[in-house]
Amino acid sequence: MSESVLASLPAERSSSHAPLLRPGNANCGGCGMSTAFQLFGRAVDGRPVLLVIPASCAAVSIGPFPYTALGAPAVLTTFGAAAAVATGLSRVARLNGEATRVVCWAGDGGTYDIGMASLSAAAERDEDILYVCYDNEIYGNTGGQRSSATPAGAATTNTPLGKVEQKKDILGIVAAHRVPYAASLSLAHPQDAIRKMRRALDTRGFRFLHVLAPCPTGWKSEPALGVELVRLAVRSGLFPVLEVIEGRTLVVNVEPELSQEALERYLSLQRRFLKSGVEARALRVSIERRWQELRSRSGPPAPARGEG
Amino acid sequence: MPGVLVSANHAAALAATLAGRANRGARGFCSGVYPITPSTECMELLCNQEIEKGSVVRVESEHSAMAVCIGAAAGGARTFTTSASNGIAYMAENVVAAALLRLPVVMVAANRTLGPPWNVWADHGDTLMLRDSGWIQLYCADNQEVLDSVLCAFRLAEDPRVLLPVMVCQEGFVLSHTMVQTEVPTQDEVDRFLPPLAHPGRMTTTPRALGGIDVPHTTEVHREQHQEAMDRVFDVYREVQDGFQAVFGRRPADPVVAYRTEDAEALVVSMGTIATTVERAVDDARSRGEKLGAIRVRAFRPFPAAALARLFRGVRRIAVLDRDISLGFGGVLWGEARGQAEPGTLVQGYMIGLGGGDVRPEHVLAIAADLERRSAAGSPVLWEAGP
Repeated sequence: MSESVLASLPAERSSSHAPLLRPGNANCGGCGMSTAFQLFGRAVDGRPVLLVIPASCAAVSIGPFPYTALGAPAVLTTFGAAAAVATGLSRVARLNGEATRVVCWAGDGGTYDIGMASLSAAAERDEDILYVCYDNEIYGNTGGQRSSATPAGAATTNTPLGKVEQKKDILGIVAAHRVPYAASLSLAHPQDAIRKMRRALDTRGFRFLHVLAPCPTGWKSEPALGVELVRLAVRSGLFPVLEVIEGRTLVVNVEPELSQEALERYLSLQRRFLKSGVEARALRVSIERRWQELRSRSGPPAPARGEG
Repeated sequence: MPGVLVSANHAAALAATLAGRANRGARGFCSGVYPITPSTECMELLCNQEIEKGSVVRVESEHSAMAVCIGAAAGGARTFTTSASNGIAYMAENVVAAALLRLPVVMVAANRTLGPPWNVWADHGDTLMLRDSGWIQLYCADNQEVLDSVLCAFRLAEDPRVLLPVMVCQEGFVLSHTMVQTEVPTQDEVDRFLPPLAHPGRMTTTPRALGGIDVPHTTEVHREQHQEAMDRVFDVYREVQDGFQAVFGRRPADPVVAYRTEDAEALVVSMGTIATTVERAVDDARSRGEKLGAIRVRAFRPFPAAALARLFRGVRRIAVLDRDISLGFGGVLWGEARGQAEPGTLVQGYMIGLGGGDVRPEHVLAIAADLERRSAAGSPVLWEAGP
C-alpha cells in the first residue's frame, strides 16, 4: 500500500503526535489494516483510547511481550469476546467518570463469524463502545481461510476453487440493531474516513465502522496496489461507502460510478479470483441489486468533497 | 446475631453485593451474568440489588459473562459472576483467560452434571474439568461457608501476592436451593474486611498490551510466576482467616478439614456436602468403636498436598469419595489424594453421588465396610447412591 494516503491529508497538529501503530510492528507490507490504523491515529488526535483486540493479525502485529507496537493501551482478548471485554472496560470507565473511548479493533473472522454473538449483544445493549472491523475478507492470521466476509468467487486455502456463498452484509446487520452510528470507510477516501472515525469517536453508545482492508498475502495482489484496489471497489459499486444513523437514516458518502471497467480491473489485479473464473458481468447483477436496495433507503446523496 | 433464611445462591449474591459496594471508594464493581440452572437465583438476586458505583451486565452467554468480568477486572473494578455445568464449559475459554491474565475474578459455581443427556443435579465434574485453568478452587459444605468463602475469595484473589481468580464451588440444589439460617454481615463489617481493590496491573492511559504475544521463554516465566502465586495462597489464606475472624467473629474453614482423625485407623476423604454426610457416618462408626476419621478437602487448587500427607501419616486404609468421574481414569480427587499417602497404604477410590445421587450415611458406612474387607486397592468403584 505504497500510495501515500496520509500525504493527501491537510497537515494538522496531530501529525506531530506519535502514531497509533508504531514502526516495528509485524504487519505485512501493504497491509490495509496498517493504513486503517494510521488514519485512525489521525482521527483519534489525542482523545483517550483503549483498544480491545481479539485474536487476529492485529493482535500479532503488536509484537511479543513485553513490547507493544501500539501507541495506546490495549487488551487482547479471546477470539469471540472483544465486544464483551470492551463492555466491562467501558462500564468501569463510565463508573469512574472517564472519557476513555473503548475501541474494539477486530478482523472479519472475529466480527462476522466467531464474534457475532457478543457483537450483536453489545449493540443490542447499546454499550458505549466503538467497534472497528478491518475486513480483509479472510482468516489472515491462520493463513487465509474463508470467512463469511469472503466474497463469492475468491479462492482461499479451504475454498481452493473459490468460495460459493455471498459475503455477509455486516453493516446492514449491525445497523439493524438501531445503533447510534454505523458506517463503512474507504481507505481511498481518507478525509471522509477520518470525518466518520471522529464522528464515531465522539458519539455515545454503540458505534460501528467497517473498513475494507486489502490483504496482499491473501488477495494475491501487489502490496503497492491496496489503496487502488479499494478505490476500484468503491468506483465499481462493490464496496458502498455510507453511514447509517440510528439504524434509520442512510447516507451514501461516495457516489459509485458503477463502472464495469473498475470492476474488471478490481478482479484482474487479484489472483484470488482466477480459479473460480468469476466475471465482472456476473457480479454486476448483484451489485446493481444492492444499490437499488440502498437507493430505496438513502436520502439525497451527500458525496465526499474532492475525493475519489 | 440471628441468621437470615437464605439459599446458598442468595447467600452468594448477598456476599457479592456487599463486596461490590465495599469497592465504591475505588474503581467500583462490574459483573457479567447469564442464567443457568441451578445458579440462576444468584444472578437474579444480584440483578435486583442497588450497588453504589456498580454495574451488572445481562449478557448473551456465559462466554461473554466471563469476558465482561475480564474487561471489568482489567479496568480495575471488583468483579463477580456465577454459572454451572455446561455454562462453565461454554465459558471455559475465558475462564482460562481470566487466570492467565492474573485478574482477580470471583465466580460461584453451582456444581451440576454436564450434559447431554440433561441432568440439573449436583456433580463436581463441571468445575473439576477446569482444575488446570489456573484458578483457586474452594469447595463448600454449607450455606454459611458459601457466603463466607465469597467474601474470603475477594480478599484472597485481590491480594497483591496472589492476584488469581477464585472459584467458590457449591453443589447444585443440595446447597444452591436449600434455605438455611445464615449470618449475613453488615456493610460496615464487610467494608472493614475488604480493602479497596488496587490492581497493580490495571489498564491506565499508558501504552501497554495486556495479553499480548508470548514466546516459549516468556510463557515459562509467566507460568512460573503463576505457580509461585499459587504457592503463596495458603499463607495468605491464613491471614484472610485471621482478618475474617477479627471482623466477623467466626473462623472460615481451613483448606483441609479433619474430623476425628487423631487415632483413626481408616479415613474417608471427600469434598463438598458429601463430607458432612461422612462426618455423621464417622460418628456412627465411632459409637460402635470403629476408629474411622473424615477428611474434607476444601481447597482443591492449590492442592493441599502437605496437609493431606500429614493427616495420612500412619493410616493404613483410606477411602476417597468423588462426586465426579474422569472418564477413562476414575475419581479426580482420588487421583490426586492417593499420591500423598505413605507407601503401602491402601487407597481405594469410590465414585458416588454422580448426577446428584443422594449420598446418605449408610452409603458411607457400606463403603467403610468395603474398605475394611480389602487386602489391596483395586480399580475405582462406581458406587450407586440413592435415587
